[in-house]
Amino acid sequence: MTLFSKKDKPAKEYKEHKKTNWVLTTVLVLGTLTVFFPLYMTLVIAFKLPSEMTNDVSGALALPKTWSFANFTEAMRVTDFWNSLGNSLLITLTTIALSLVVYSLAGYVLGRTMQKYKASKFIYLYLISGMFVPFAILMMPLVKETAQMHLGNQLGVILLYLVFYMPMNTMLYAGYMKNIPVALEEACEVDGATTWQTFWRVIFPMMKPMHATVAILTALGTWNDVMTPLVIMSGTGINTLPIAQLNFQTAFGTNYNLAFASYTMSLIPILLFYIICQKQILSGVANGAVKG
Amino acid sequence: MKKKKLSRKELTYIKILVPIVLLFFLFNTWPMLNGFFYSFTNYKGYGTYQTVGLQNYIDLFQDERVLHSYLFTFKYAICGTILVNVISLIMALGLNSRIRFKSALRGAYFVPNILGGLIIGYIFSFIFTYILPALGEMWNIGWLKNSILSSPTYAWIGVLIVGVWQAVAMTTIIYISGLQTVPEDVYEASRVDGAGKWTEFFKVTLPLIIPFVSINLILTTKNFMMVFDQIMSLTSGGPAQSTESISFLIYKNGLDGGQFGFQCANAVIFFIVIVLFSVVQQQITSKKEEQL
Repeated sequence: MTLFSKKDKPAKEYKEHKKTNWVLTTVLVLGTLTVFFPLYMTLVIAFKLPSEMTNDVSGALALPKTWSFANFTEAMRVTDFWNSLGNSLLITLTTIALSLVVYSLAGYVLGRTMQKYKASKFIYLYLISGMFVPFAILMMPLVKETAQMHLGNQLGVILLYLVFYMPMNTMLYAGYMKNIPVALEEACEVDGATTWQTFWRVIFPMMKPMHATVAILTALGTWNDVMTPLVIMSGTGINTLPIAQLNFQTAFGTNYNLAFASYTMSLIPILLFYIICQKQILSGVANGAVKG
Repeated sequence: MKKKKLSRKELTYIKILVPIVLLFFLFNTWPMLNGFFYSFTNYKGYGTYQTVGLQNYIDLFQDERVLHSYLFTFKYAICGTILVNVISLIMALGLNSRIRFKSALRGAYFVPNILGGLIIGYIFSFIFTYILPALGEMWNIGWLKNSILSSPTYAWIGVLIVGVWQAVAMTTIIYISGLQTVPEDVYEASRVDGAGKWTEFFKVTLPLIIPFVSINLILTTKNFMMVFDQIMSLTSGGPAQSTESISFLIYKNGLDGGQFGFQCANAVIFFIVIVLFSVVQQQITSKKEEQL
């Protein structure tokens, strides 16, 4: 995937096509307002006092008179922000770590044995078929099942994510095994390495591009997910960041400044992640979709 | 000697696959089988229950609320899929042409995708309920004066706007990677043959990126069919139950409304619909694929 390589410009070109299309550039730059306007609005309202919110457009959209962090500290207190952030981080990071290990192992074994054994082909198709199963059909039985197993908590949510994303990611890893020559493993075996050693020392490091894609897809999927924690951890008082926004809607009442301060804080972590890893995220997402 | 070693390797493979398959069975296949089972009962989610045969399925097709949720979801998914793919294709063509700030622009247009649907819904809900009506007052535009979300006839358009706003980001990135697979000399050849811009797009570009069109159609339809987060935060299914999606209705009445068994039957039908959609779409688009 070369979304951002400098090879975007082909070597041979007609002269007329070399010119920058400034009209289009301007249109596209102005178009980003559709993306940034809602974010701008969120930010200015978050900093304002409720008294500044008059009924006309400028009341909501003008810059605040004073930039006060009062709404943010209040929102942190009301929504128990640090706990929700901690839960979101715990769930997302653990899911990613487990994902990389479990899916890469599954992809490795299946990718290598699918052609050879019928059983392995069957297991592969069985796991992949999960892609067609909507969460709606699993939701109600899962609520019962996780409650019975005392998994109505962060661990339960993590295990469920691990299973939901398994079809797609196992397929990605199994497909990637085509890029890793079998001769490498055979050489390791000749040197007396066990299958485990070969996997951890040779195969796992070689799957690095796939790890990036899987980690990013998993991170975006789990961080923003509402449905799973909503149904699995309901009534336990354990919140993730999105669930906290949902549960504290009534606490915000008509104090939009407080609500928007809270929204801003829950958007910041993922925005930071995006700003830091933008290139990896864009190519990871495209990679995942195209191969998947 | 050699045979012994091979079987040890196979043993390791089995040791890897068995726990993974068990985990998948436990949290995917088992709840799905349970869902099928409950769909033949009058289970309320608590207390005792009897099996009622196909009664839930018969009732399902006579339940106005269920039928309406299907109608809403299909309308939403069809309009959403068309809008998202047309807009994204135009965006991708723009972002792939001779413009300045190319990677910055691509990065900016992807932002909506990384933000959670729930919080975005809350932000847009403020825009629809306060900003747009205030603009309507200011410019004296009658139809803008009332919030679109409070109209049973038009609230779905509000949900659609937010859904499209978010989905375009992802779809555009996939189309861009599709456009980059088309080699420059194909365009050169078509220019030499005197093809205009329109002919070039419909006769050269589009046929060559059909695999990407097919990926995008499947992804967007599936995502739009499963809409949940935006409904939660924008309308909660209202006004007058006009924006209840299938997932939302299953969640609401299945877990809180005492319709556990009945909504399981609904989920089974929904599952079948999703599978049919995927299969049909795959069939249609795979026929149109063209090789270079």
